[in-house]
Amino acid sequence: MPLPFIHSSVAGSSHCAVALNGAWVLSNAAELQRAVAGFAWPPGAVRIEAGELTGLDTAGAWVLARALRDLEAAGRPVELSGLRPEFAALFAMVRSKDAAVAKARPIPWLEHMGRNFVGHLEQVVAMLAFTGETAQAFLRLLRQPSRARFLPLLHNIQLTGFEALPIVGLLSFLMGVVVSYQGADQLVRYGANIFVADLVGLSMLREMGPLLTAIIVAGRSGSAFTAQIGTMKVTEEIDAMRTIGIAPMDLLVLPKLFALAIALPLLTVYADILGVLGGMMLAKVQLGINFHDFLDRFDRAVSLSSFLVGIGKALVFSMIVALVGCFQGFRVEGSADSVGRQTTVSVVQAIFLVILVDALFSIVFSRLKI
Amino acid sequence: MSAGPTVVEVKDICTRFGDKVVHDHVSLSVRQGEIFALAGSSGCGKSTLLREMIALQAPQSGSIRVFGEEVVGLDDEAALALRRRWGVMFERGALFSSLTVLENVGLPLREHARLDERLIDELAMLKVQLAGLSPDAASKYPNELSGGMRKRAALARALVLDPELVFLDEPTAGLDPLSASGFDELVIGLRESLGLTILMVTHDLDLLWRAADRVAVLGENRVLGLGTMDELSQSEHPLVREYFYGPRGRAAWEQQWNQK
Repeated sequence: MPLPFIHSSVAGSSHCAVALNGAWVLSNAAELQRAVAGFAWPPGAVRIEAGELTGLDTAGAWVLARALRDLEAAGRPVELSGLRPEFAALFAMVRSKDAAVAKARPIPWLEHMGRNFVGHLEQVVAMLAFTGETAQAFLRLLRQPSRARFLPLLHNIQLTGFEALPIVGLLSFLMGVVVSYQGADQLVRYGANIFVADLVGLSMLREMGPLLTAIIVAGRSGSAFTAQIGTMKVTEEIDAMRTIGIAPMDLLVLPKLFALAIALPLLTVYADILGVLGGMMLAKVQLGINFHDFLDRFDRAVSLSSFLVGIGKALVFSMIVALVGCFQGFRVEGSADSVGRQTTVSVVQAIFLVILVDALFSIVFSRLKI
Repeated sequence: MSAGPTVVEVKDICTRFGDKVVHDHVSLSVRQGEIFALAGSSGCGKSTLLREMIALQAPQSGSIRVFGEEVVGLDDEAALALRRRWGVMFERGALFSSLTVLENVGLPLREHARLDERLIDELAMLKVQLAGLSPDAASKYPNELSGGMRKRAALARALVLDPELVFLDEPTAGLDPLSASGFDELVIGLRESLGLTILMVTHDLDLLWRAADRVAVLGENRVLGLGTMDELSQSEHPLVREYFYGPRGRAAWEQQWNQK
């Protein structure tokens, strides 16, 4: 049996002859490629006899065309004969195309790092610009209060605030239980059981309440903002809005910003209450402190300023979540894929910034002794 | 052109969506090597019939045979073998937005053929060029392309496994007249050079006159008329007449007449 696909045929004279056989089709393409690559072409001018080909499709034609091109590039005249007419038309068409693909230059790691850095820097600038634009839109609104849109505002409050009540309540209740439980173990050794009220009260009101709520809202609503605005951008709804003469800032961004500014502090109050309730219940079960004693101590340990610090932080967090969510939505470019990517970025960035700002607040407050 | 064996055979297809009847005993057959078009007004079930032929949707009753194999009720594994023998171009291209054109076109090869990366890229690039796109379009993402280029990229992907049969859903919808007529020529040229059988769903009367060998007009849940455009234009059926002799039909017909 002759070598499959390509073999030297025994023919004398000046030309060395090569014969093709078998089906040069896609399903054989890997073997074809191997056969051609491993074939020892006879020296000098080459005559290829293709009369025995039983099949040829674009994949086979491409492998053949590539081999011929390589030979010709090496300065060797090639003559192809015996191709069936239907194959000849296909081969001529494939041969007329140059489908060699230039490989993209791999980016060295240093350049990669530099590009990443510039990319992030550019994003920071864009985020600042977006914040500025939002502030401008806000000032415009103050001058013309009739531009305010109340329906979207109420709708957003319902989506971001009211509908988040169950999850925020459950998680902060559990958080209160956990804090109280961890504290109880330590306090009981010193006989300082009652101080669990200080522990739960201060940690929930100052830190856990606002932080936990902001993180939940970033995951729930920040992502939804990005996805909504991003999808509208992909489907050109944003552009349509501009042509109709509605500023996307007025309709999409400001109501979300105000809604969160109202909903997040309120949710935080709710989280505070349920967190303390959780801590109080565990204190009763674990340390035998009844509700009356707990609340009495709570009243003395936690000042109004601690509560207000938590609420104030929640207000700042709400701005971060809303701005990042909307900003990333507007950064969506073109495709559905990009919506998913920006949504992830939006949640990660919002949570990152919330925790970063929380840490800054801690430092500032401890300096100011609030 | 009508001598070849039957490639697609649709027999007594009935389709309902809830109470709404879409197909009531629809039958037709497509022969090898022809350009067959399904025409008809919007909502007459052309695209549904196409989806049934490519095993994306099942009719309530009836039989569809592609390459002699029953498609209705086919399990996924058996469908896979058939799917490699046909290519489908969807109306809006359905290119994967996270991949470049070259990666989109090469994807079926990566999935179904054991080839090295270089050959896959080269074969994909070849198909990109056959579909009439310039090589520099290959490295772009679908959202960077115009509508016409996206259709051509989708066609390249449909052709990449060297199918015997290609389904085109509204190949010229949403294209400007110039791109659309370019697409007609492309389809005809590919049929000649690759020996394809082409089944397309279209509203485009110009495309029907220029490219289609035979046309089936769907309406009133059945096939109203089937034949060459010349035969159909003689049809007595009022809906078919309306379809071909409405103001736009008239224009396309006259243009065809003037060219002869």
